[in-house]
Amino acid sequence: MAMSQIDTPFADASMAAPESAVSVRGVSKNYGAVEALKNMSLEFPKGQLTSLLGPSGCGKTTLLKIIAGLIPADSGTIEVGGKAITGPGDDRAFVFQDFALLPWANVLRNVAFGLELRGVAKSEREAIAETYIANVGLAGFEKAFPHELSGGMRQRVGLARALSVDSQVLLLDEPFSAVDEQTRRKFQEDLLSLVENENKTFIFVTHSIEEAVYVSDQIAILLPRPSRVSEIIRPSSFRNKGVENIRRDPEYLDIVDEIWASLRNYVE
Amino acid sequence: MHRSLLLKLLSAALVFGAWEIAGRIPISYAFPTFLESMTALARMTFDGTLLQAYAETLKPLVLGVAISALIGIGFGLWIGLSARSEWFFSPIFIVMQAAPLAALIPLLVMAYGIGLTSKVFVVCIMAMPVIVLNTASAVRNTPASLKEMGQSFLANNHQILLKIVIPAASPVIFSGLRLGVSAGFIGAILAELKITPTGVGDIISYSRSIADYPSMYAAIFSIILLAVVFLNLLEKLEDFLFEGNNRGYVSD
Ligand SMILES: Nc1ncnc2c1ncn2[C@@H]1O[C@H](COP(=O)(O)OP(=O)(O)O)[C@@H](O)[C@H]1O
Ligand SMILES: [Mg+2]
Repeated sequence: MAMSQIDTPFADASMAAPESAVSVRGVSKNYGAVEALKNMSLEFPKGQLTSLLGPSGCGKTTLLKIIAGLIPADSGTIEVGGKAITGPGDDRAFVFQDFALLPWANVLRNVAFGLELRGVAKSEREAIAETYIANVGLAGFEKAFPHELSGGMRQRVGLARALSVDSQVLLLDEPFSAVDEQTRRKFQEDLLSLVENENKTFIFVTHSIEEAVYVSDQIAILLPRPSRVSEIIRPSSFRNKGVENIRRDPEYLDIVDEIWASLRNYVE
Repeated sequence: MHRSLLLKLLSAALVFGAWEIAGRIPISYAFPTFLESMTALARMTFDGTLLQAYAETLKPLVLGVAISALIGIGFGLWIGLSARSEWFFSPIFIVMQAAPLAALIPLLVMAYGIGLTSKVFVVCIMAMPVIVLNTASAVRNTPASLKEMGQSFLANNHQILLKIVIPAASPVIFSGLRLGVSAGFIGAILAELKITPTGVGDIISYSRSIADYPSMYAAIFSIILLAVVFLNLLEKLEDFLFEGNNRGYVSD
């Protein structure tokens, strides 16, 4: 939030930007003949929320999964906290678009699952999980099974699971795309307070322009064919004016218009 | 719970009623009434005939079903997890499933004689393929996103198998087990009818040869009853092991 300039080209931004939590350097990825990512470079400032915004098929999920260490890049490096990654690590946690909850496990076990895999003792991990279940507003649902919850509540479970392993970086792949509009707005507000309170770095994939502008400290606009970062936008003036005023702020409206102007050519 | 028990009893009463009526008409001189069959069943139960017979029949049945379940699930997991072994093994089990068993029995007898081994083989040939194939396809269809979730939270392969793949596959594995157990019962009786008459198979063929049809139907009835009891126990085991799976799947 150090900058007040809008539409700063990437090269300038990196000079003045705060320390990076995640650096993507020259990453390429092909699926057979499909060039999903080509020589992509991008910095994710520590403690901030960066959105990856772009039309579908431009490689957002691919980039996020490469950062997560779930799929290998063909070339280039990913650094997290200054160290190159070779696979998944305890410094990153993923929130999945389709929630990826275990249907046979209740909310408590689902939220504690990351800790269970790490061998944390049952009483300890359940105490931690209970805290985060309460944090995401699901207190009282510990014993419920996923199929008894609404889409929005399931994603809160996914979020609590990611928070409970206490990673430095949270990777969110269109986490709100499967929830209804009202729930989504509530989620976006909650996400803003999470960014403020948790002191973690958030990498947030979305295809909604309004959502990206509303929640982001930095927006990377990705364009397809070939996949590239076309601009980096850093909204600043409306961030500390209170959540209820953001959508009326002139800067918010200008940025939304501007992004639409640059993306409209790529929408079939 | 209460209601479903009531419905089960009602449907049993209907079937037995129809049986009684059909036996009284009679639809065939070889078709005894329900009450005659039950009388024979009671007689054989109390004079020890059935107990002796089941001591024989249960040997190949229990052995064959246990071997099929253990090896079948193991093979199924392996086939489901590795593309190479699928390519190699799954045709074998598909052929086994399709093979006309009665035609294979002479071969088995030639190779293993008329003892227990051949009978166990018959049970296995009946029970194992469906267990293997169900397990393999269940494992192969583990939702990719769940495995990915496991990886991203640092599960090792062992944990992914035990905590994600097997629980996710368990409903289909258990339905394979149920089908396999039913087929195993058929196999055990078939072996006793086709190889050497022992146990329940002996009661069936002997009472048929002396036209004691109530005893014959009583023996058939008892084996069906045993199969139903066994399948219900299997269901209890599944409930006990994978409680949440019964509560439905996440879907919109
Ligand atoms: N596993 C895969 N195999 C083949 N092609 C893929 C695979 N995953 C993604 N792609 C292709 O790579 C491109 C980028 O996909 P993706 O990263 O999912 O984009 P986004 O998340 O922005 O919609 C698309 O053209 C997609 O069809
Ligand atoms: Mg995507």
